[in-house]
Amino acid sequence: MSNGTKYWTWHMAAGVVLLFLLGLHMLVMHMGGSVHLFAPHGADAVSMENSQWRDSKICFAISYILLLGVGLYHGLYGLRTILLELTLKPALAKAVTAALVIVGLGLFGLGSWAAWAAHTVALVGGKG
Amino acid sequence: MGGTHRGAGGREGIAMTQTKATRQIHFHVTRYNPEKDPKPYVQSYKVEVSEGMTVLDGLHWIKENLDPTLVWRYSCRMGICGSCGMLINGSPTLACNTQILHLSQSAITVGPLPNFEIIRDLVPDLLSMFEKHETVKPHIIRDEAELVDRRGEFYQSPEELEAYLQFTYCIKCGCCMGACPTLATDVRYLGPMPLTALERYNEDSRDEGFALRKGMAGGDGGAFSCHYAGECSRVCPKGVDPGKAIQLLKRKLVLDYLHLANKKKPCKKLEGPGQGKLLPNMTAPARTIPE
Repeated sequence: MSNGTKYWTWHMAAGVVLLFLLGLHMLVMHMGGSVHLFAPHGADAVSMENSQWRDSKICFAISYILLLGVGLYHGLYGLRTILLELTLKPALAKAVTAALVIVGLGLFGLGSWAAWAAHTVALVGGKG
Repeated sequence: MGGTHRGAGGREGIAMTQTKATRQIHFHVTRYNPEKDPKPYVQSYKVEVSEGMTVLDGLHWIKENLDPTLVWRYSCRMGICGSCGMLINGSPTLACNTQILHLSQSAITVGPLPNFEIIRDLVPDLLSMFEKHETVKPHIIRDEAELVDRRGEFYQSPEELEAYLQFTYCIKCGCCMGACPTLATDVRYLGPMPLTALERYNEDSRDEGFALRKGMAGGDGGAFSCHYAGECSRVCPKGVDPGKAIQLLKRKLVLDYLHLANKKKPCKKLEGPGQGKLLPNMTAPARTIPE
């Protein structure tokens, strides 16, 4: 099996997951306050209390990390496709791929650490 | 050209005459001789056009009456051979299939197919397309012994034929390749014609070559490089839908990767409708024309 099929299949799958998670994110951010969806502390969905309430839930922490992962993969793979269509020399194409993998993993690590830290802080009541 | 036609009645004095109205159309033709010209340029000709004349007829008229140095490629003059693919009024199509007055009442532009090197004037170098075509193994792949054995035939139902029939209408004219915006920027991309040929054999129930072709189909320059602009399907003079072939190919590759593909066995060799016995060895029919 060529890597092209594998990467493209995951690219499409990430797009579908992204659609669902972004939909959820938009719903919570823009409608959560008015209908009290995942926002039990008042009408402001992005208030500190509501944010901490969501951060304390493990499912939200996981969804943030998942959103970050699929967003990075989908976006960076798309960027790689565009760059490789500039008909780069093979060595340069490999360097571009390596650079994007490093950037992606770095951002994923940083974002995941932040999401998990927010979760643990929220669990102890914002005193971390 | 144009004007009066003499009928083929054969009897003296009864010759029928028919006068066709003519109109002057400006042909703006791309000219290029790589041995002399630094780059292609446009030369204009006034052509006497009557109803029913094709762009190919117009080019012949120019060659016979105005400029014998004009070069283009053609053969059958009836949309079968695919030799006269050109960029006519900005759209890749067959010159023999395109009537001048259907395009314009005043001027048309004629150029060589884009995305190919120019050999001269309106003649593109189609070698790159045929080299890519060859790499996708565009032929039935099966057990060699089965293919060599002359007895019997591969049974294929009408539904199985329908699955790939339209892709067999491709005449390799290169119009889809000339229209493809992906190919314009990425020369490594196989292009619509080779990928359609690849899918045509993948869909053929007699074929067992998917495993051999999928590396090429899913690799760099394969089906996933297609951006689905759809121009290939729009311009195809034979009504083939290469865009659809490429999407079907993508689906097949993804399902295969996910192990969700329908594992269809290739059709069996039968010796007659509904029969399971081998036919006797076939011999050549006796000569019907006396020596």
